[in-house]
Amino acid sequence: MRLVEGATVKPKTLFEKIWDAHVVREEEGKPALLYVDLHLVHEVTSAQAFEGLRLIGRGVRRPDLTIATMDHNVPTTDRGLPIRDEISRKQIEALRANAEEFGIRLYGMESNRQGIVHVIGPELGYTRPGTVIVCGDSHTSTQGAFGVFAMPIGTTQVEHVLASQCLVQARLKTMEIRVDGQLSPGVTAKDMILGIIGRIGVDGAVGHVIEYTGEAIRALSMEGRMTVCNMSIEAGARVGMIAPDDTTFEYLRCRPFAPKDADWDAAVEVWRALPTDPGAAFDRTVVFDAAELEPYVTWGTNPGMVVPVTGSVPDPASFPSTAERAAVERALEYMALEPGTPIQEIRPDRVFIGSCTNARIEDLRSAAEIVRGRKVNENVRAMVVPGSTQVKLQAEQEGLDKTFVEAGFEWREAGCSMCLGMNPDILQPGERCASSSNRNFEGRQGKGGRTHLVSPQMAAAAAIAGHFVDIRDWQV
Amino acid sequence: MEPFKKVTGVVVPLDRVNVDTDSIVPARFLKRIERDGWGELLFFDWRFLPDGSPNPDFVLNAPGYEDAKILVAGRNFGSGSSREHAVWALRQYGIRAIIAPSLADIFHKNCFENGVVPVFLPEERVRELIRKAKEGPGCELTVDLERCEVWDEEGFRSPFVVHDDPETHEFRRHCLLNGLDDIAMTLEAEEEISAFEERRPAWLTPVDGEA
Ligand code: SF4
Repeated sequence: MRLVEGATVKPKTLFEKIWDAHVVREEEGKPALLYVDLHLVHEVTSAQAFEGLRLIGRGVRRPDLTIATMDHNVPTTDRGLPIRDEISRKQIEALRANAEEFGIRLYGMESNRQGIVHVIGPELGYTRPGTVIVCGDSHTSTQGAFGVFAMPIGTTQVEHVLASQCLVQARLKTMEIRVDGQLSPGVTAKDMILGIIGRIGVDGAVGHVIEYTGEAIRALSMEGRMTVCNMSIEAGARVGMIAPDDTTFEYLRCRPFAPKDADWDAAVEVWRALPTDPGAAFDRTVVFDAAELEPYVTWGTNPGMVVPVTGSVPDPASFPSTAERAAVERALEYMALEPGTPIQEIRPDRVFIGSCTNARIEDLRSAAEIVRGRKVNENVRAMVVPGSTQVKLQAEQEGLDKTFVEAGFEWREAGCSMCLGMNPDILQPGERCASSSNRNFEGRQGKGGRTHLVSPQMAAAAAIAGHFVDIRDWQV
Repeated sequence: MEPFKKVTGVVVPLDRVNVDTDSIVPARFLKRIERDGWGELLFFDWRFLPDGSPNPDFVLNAPGYEDAKILVAGRNFGSGSSREHAVWALRQYGIRAIIAPSLADIFHKNCFENGVVPVFLPEERVRELIRKAKEGPGCELTVDLERCEVWDEEGFRSPFVVHDDPETHEFRRHCLLNGLDDIAMTLEAEEEISAFEERRPAWLTPVDGEA
């Protein structure tokens, strides 16, 4: 307890502070109604929601707090040409028509602010610490990196938020994931989150809001923090967040839509009061030692099926329960891997550097470092897909595109691309991919495709070597 | 939304843990903008062989399970992508209730939005049902939401919750029983929403500083 103006005030977590500041209505026995500060919309989960509004004659309550972009479905080549897939084109057209009809700002394919929905929000300065953000997409938690309650929602809830600017939500439990110490060289934010998921499991944080704390988290750049928060859902949590600090404010300052001048000062004052109070209680705390984390590679069909790059494919017999053994056997069959195979002997056919997890400028810079002056292995087809058009332009200004192209990578337009198999960038059945994305589910990158999740640096190194390598041995 | 009181029907066992929504509806189908037609796409890559014929090894295609209304599965069913299409596909295929030790959070919420009843049972009871349903194709079960009980004719009986949190369980059960949808309820709070908006500082509304 601490004293404030003579009264004892219960210490609160970051989550509790945001929650309390957004309650519109809270009644005994019912979930609360929370106000939504920003609603991001993309083409895949919105068409049926807008249709729902139209059917019942409702409008969008706050078009000024709603923005839309196109990312999942867009081709990453030939932007000048019409989209060849007719069903895709219809979905893209539907979003364009809906944005126009309901007066929503849209960053369409022709806009230089287009990009993956979770990438453009922060980079354009829409993201404000201490707010509630929703989007019909499970990686909405990315923006939790700014100290935001950023929550994924389904299409019915998209319609709900469009109509009311509110979210129906029961209070969540809190889970602190503290990462003490410092990461070793070559170990990235991606490895940190893969290591966390590997230990707590893909349902380890179901029903909880995660707050990531500790020295290793504080030391991360905003890009790294976004990578960590992004994959909260892969641990079962809908929301993952990190308290804002000077790193956060520096990132946001001067972004196009960030508050300006006196507003900026007022905002920062509010934001500085957001971090969890000393003595505030979490429902659960899990502690990691950053020094023990290594570069990781997934070997199976969910992100929890992961080992250090120095390890090997596990033996199903080494798992405790029958359900787990069955799942591992099934995963190994799908992945066409033998137990005991050293990870560094696995040879990808494709390499994908992209997605909302790892396609921001810092990711591309660090991958470019690895490939500079080298050539992609002759058995590998590799591509780099920037997370947004802004990232692409920035990278081109820095000459990163040339580094990649000279090494033999394809350099693409921004979008979700091969993170999921719903646009022209897909794996062929049986193809194996080293991917900087977030999901290795069966068929995720295309029917029959086999995904290994890694950091962008590890993906880049695998492209050059033709097999996984320990990035700590790489001589730049 | 159609109210749900009680359903009796064939149980189909999906003896896997962590079934993800990419498997429930593969991403390539998400380009569709319609609300219907999702039932045929359910578990598509498991249900059909590359030549388009039904995969005889997949449980949904096995004799006896054709008219399944209840799905029983391992823990953390519906993990991964938030796509509500996964619940639409299950519902439109004819599944009215999903029995599991746990569901993934977003999927769980999407079930409530679409009148699909989550039936949470302890792990051992779920295993028991999976075993029964595997051994006897066509075995039937009743999910009674008014009594919050699931039972069969052979003496299986168990209470269940639709959510681990008792308050949420009661609230969601009430909504499912009465077919209430959130939007209409929320819009009744119009005055409070407007009052909240009055209090918000102006700098929370993004304005383009470069345009
Ligand atoms: S990049 Fe992948 S995970 Fe991210 S929003 Fe796009 S499809 Fe989803």
